[in-house]
Amino acid sequence: MRVLAAMSGGVDSAVAAALLAEQGHEVHGVTLRLACYGKTPMSPKACCTLDAIDDARRVATAMNFPYQVVDAEDVFKHRVMMPFVDGYASGRTPYPCALCNQHLKFGDLVTRMELIGADRLATGHYAQVHEAADGTLGLFRAVSHEKDQTYALALVPYAALARVTLPLGALTKPEVRAHGERLGLSCWDKVESQDLCFVPDGDYAGYIQNTLGDSRGSTPGDFVNTLGERIGTHRGIVHYTVGQRRGLALTAAARLYVLDIDAAGNTVTVGPREALEESGLVTQRMNWLMSAPPAEGTRVLARIRYNHAGAMATLSHTDDGAVIARFDVPQVAVAPGQLAVFYDDDRCLGGAAIASSLRDRASAPVRAAAGLPALA
Amino acid sequence: MIYLDHNASTPVRPEVADAMNTALRDLGANPSSAHREGQRVRAALERAREQVARFVHADASEVIFVSGGTEGDHLALMGAAWAQRERGMRVAYAAIEHHAVHGAADVLHELGWSHAELPCEPTGITLPAAIDALPQGTTVVSLMLANNETGVLQPVAALTERAHARGMLVHCDAVQAAGKVPVDFAALGVDFLVLSGHKFGGPKGAAALIARKGAPLSPLMRGSGHERGRRGGTENVAGIVGLGLAAELAGVSLAAESTRLLALRERFERGLRLVSPDAHVHGERSPRLPNTVNASFPGARSDSLLMALDARGVMVSAGAACASGAVEPSPVLRAMAVPHELAISALRFSFGRETTQAQLDEALAIIAEALQVARRVTAAGAPA
Repeated sequence: MRVLAAMSGGVDSAVAAALLAEQGHEVHGVTLRLACYGKTPMSPKACCTLDAIDDARRVATAMNFPYQVVDAEDVFKHRVMMPFVDGYASGRTPYPCALCNQHLKFGDLVTRMELIGADRLATGHYAQVHEAADGTLGLFRAVSHEKDQTYALALVPYAALARVTLPLGALTKPEVRAHGERLGLSCWDKVESQDLCFVPDGDYAGYIQNTLGDSRGSTPGDFVNTLGERIGTHRGIVHYTVGQRRGLALTAAARLYVLDIDAAGNTVTVGPREALEESGLVTQRMNWLMSAPPAEGTRVLARIRYNHAGAMATLSHTDDGAVIARFDVPQVAVAPGQLAVFYDDDRCLGGAAIASSLRDRASAPVRAAAGLPALA
Repeated sequence: MIYLDHNASTPVRPEVADAMNTALRDLGANPSSAHREGQRVRAALERAREQVARFVHADASEVIFVSGGTEGDHLALMGAAWAQRERGMRVAYAAIEHHAVHGAADVLHELGWSHAELPCEPTGITLPAAIDALPQGTTVVSLMLANNETGVLQPVAALTERAHARGMLVHCDAVQAAGKVPVDFAALGVDFLVLSGHKFGGPKGAAALIARKGAPLSPLMRGSGHERGRRGGTENVAGIVGLGLAAELAGVSLAAESTRLLALRERFERGLRLVSPDAHVHGERSPRLPNTVNASFPGARSDSLLMALDARGVMVSAGAACASGAVEPSPVLRAMAVPHELAISALRFSFGRETTQAQLDEALAIIAEALQVARRVTAAGAPA
């Protein structure tokens, strides 16, 4: 088959493309240029830098398939960067990798498949696409649960699954590196990228302010406790995430965590860890990776951030295509903007950004402190 | 495979490859060495110098071998500016100049020079009157003979006359013109002119800067008196042998070849209009190179078209490539005031010795198919 292989310059996508080429498929490599690199190359750890492009091109040369760099700056800016900045500025904790997968790799590139008449799009994601028991296609966790990336793929359009191939789904990272070495790919032992590719040093707030010149959310404001009392000054809401403990610079008898971020009032509510516990969450409109949404009351494993092992929950649908997920056991740090991704065993059923926790986070401890009964 | 990217590089002529191969095998000594073996190599170098000089109607003593068009542009612009720094620290160049000239001007800027751009008309032509607007103290002006993207020919002789009247030296980047239209160093009247082997059947990495006798020029690289002290470094002998022979052969076939290419171009442009009636040929009504067609296809982005054409075996260029290799809107089209929507949908087709009518007819059919696909993809991918 003819394959359009998305190549970031990292070892995973390189091995994915190279394995397909080795199997005799007609591979065309492509790297999306997401930002103008100009004369200031980014960190060597980040993907999509000039060095990364050289690495990807070298793989294409070694495996003897054509390779191109295509400009996707506009799509990246409008579909990933701007939502990222808007999210932080409005007190959420966005997850741009999911948007990049949705709009760039499994959006823009899927669209471009037609240019070369490709049968499949290949990426280096650790995940599997195959038929479920009912005969329909589904997205499944990678054999290597440790590397599984289905959380980051939960917003991918369901229709795209039929057009992709994920050669690494059944491999472990050491196996992938071994293939890279065996095939003589120079990037086989490259350092793994961990941070956001466009913020390689992990300083999101600094990036938003310095690089994008966006000052929203960077005005200092009040830290308040669960009773609404002012207990300090925060540096601007973009510096905080629900569940965060470090870097608050507050002195208190007990450890304090960020419980809530109110962009309109420019306040950050902090409190004890117990107050972080939530009985459930409400999502934004769901992206289902199945032919029809699951039945009301479906029992799922819910993951609420990338490294979250998951918690059992029961789903109920809302009128606007979102779901309410009620945890069996309360979970800490339900951060709006992060994804809630639901699983039936190894199958990823779908996901959406978290709109809010199920209850109004600030009011619950307040009511408890006031001796009022908790809301239903 | 249909190769329509000859302005980027055109294949080495087989005779040239043979001559270079012989030079690599037989000319092992250093042309600067005093012994007989050195003299033999030196003789090959001087033969090439004469071949290049004849090709552009210059004197052999005016030919300086350099590594490429970019070096030639840097040596001319920077070397002439530096040599005249007591007269003023300003240079000028046409807005549509090649990156190499912009790059040389950038270096001068860092060294304290200021620079001015000569605007370009929507026709793609730089008007001689633009010279009059240049500030006092401008010592060198750089003007290309044929634009690499559109092929539009510039009125260099008239521009030079005005520049000389104002006491400015003129450097002419003739890299894209040489081998496609007659280039006459003496008739143009310019002080410097650069041409590059790989654009007319010679190898990459061998080029020549023609510097008028007596024109002030400070060398950028200084060694032990190579190239009459104007460019240090042991000469790329095999490359220069190839450059010389390519120049001679290009000179011989020039008249017939440019007539043949012009006929191909006219037929191809008619074909493009059938394939895409809204195609916009840039510089259409201006005098142009006979081998170059730069056209925009509304609604189809260049990068999508390139990918679709490449997959179907047609090799063309689009605008300028950035450091990553991704396609960017062309500064040349911007200077011609081409609207952004058209600038991002431009392709450059450039023909060469091996291009045939049958190839172009086949290419047109493939272009028709690629356009359909690219337009669908462009429409689907338009950002919100």
